[in-house]
Amino acid sequence: MGRIAIVVGFFALVILLAVGLKRDPREVPSPLIGKPAPAFELPRLAGSERFSPAEMRGKVWLLNVWASWCVTCRDEHPVLVDFAATKRVPLVGLNYKDQRDEALKWLSRFGDPYQFSVVDADGRIGIDYGVYGVPETYVIDRAGVIRFKQIGPVTPELLKAKILPMIAELEK
Amino acid sequence: MSRLAALAGALFIACTALAREAAPLAEDPKIETRLIAIAEELRCLVCQNESLIASRAELAMDLKRQVREQIKAGKSDQQIRDYMVERYGDFVLYRPPVKATTLVLWAGPFALLIAGLCTVWIFVRRRRTAQGATLSAEQEARANELLANRANDASR
Repeated sequence: MGRIAIVVGFFALVILLAVGLKRDPREVPSPLIGKPAPAFELPRLAGSERFSPAEMRGKVWLLNVWASWCVTCRDEHPVLVDFAATKRVPLVGLNYKDQRDEALKWLSRFGDPYQFSVVDADGRIGIDYGVYGVPETYVIDRAGVIRFKQIGPVTPELLKAKILPMIAELEK
Repeated sequence: MSRLAALAGALFIACTALAREAAPLAEDPKIETRLIAIAEELRCLVCQNESLIASRAELAMDLKRQVREQIKAGKSDQQIRDYMVERYGDFVLYRPPVKATTLVLWAGPFALLIAGLCTVWIFVRRRRTAQGATLSAEQEARANELLANRANDASR
């Protein structure tokens, strides 16, 4: 009896630790899921207009945090360019702690998938959105609520398995 | 003597020069002490095993700036912690609050300890009953016989 209990307890511990090891500690669950996207008003990267998320009410849209200094963003970029070509939903860029001319150069060199990008030069809006590892991508619904957050690059697999079905669900 | 005085003077100037260089950090010592107290309890999200105060990561610097601004704005320590939790979750706190999602974290070690103690207790008790086992009259006779045989063998 006692021996069985010990064996069961041992395996329970092994499973617990194995699951713990498999999880990525960098993926901190965001407390912002299900909460309204923090408001801001920022200048656009190109042109003189300003943008506030309230303008997107009634639309499902994506907010992608990027920077020209971010190496992983470069890997992610072709995926976003392909996604933008499908014109599925608006994709807005949040240019995080970047230099304006560097950012513009980056876009002209690798292509610009964004409807437009806004400038968060000192990273304050990034903090409001809980950004800690660029790139990050948010799925925001019609009511302006954050439904999903991807920390790290968006991959074609993630788009297919998670983001696109979610957009379809939210647009119903 | 005058040379000594000159040296002392030079040292003094050097010291004040150094002190001046460090000035921006200790702009307002009161704010800095509070910043240190708060940021020691917060996790840096970029290098997760470092506290916010120890980290030199860029995000950590930005977050410290944010905390400093909020101290200046007269926010309480709790308000500042809430501000961080709203954005980054309980994970930023080195001492997260006890609630449903953190129950395993808080109670887990104690549960494991109790499970371990129970195991030890079961083992000890089992060993004790094994030692305390008494022999039936038959078994005792057989044991005595074996021991006697052995004594005979040895004496032969």
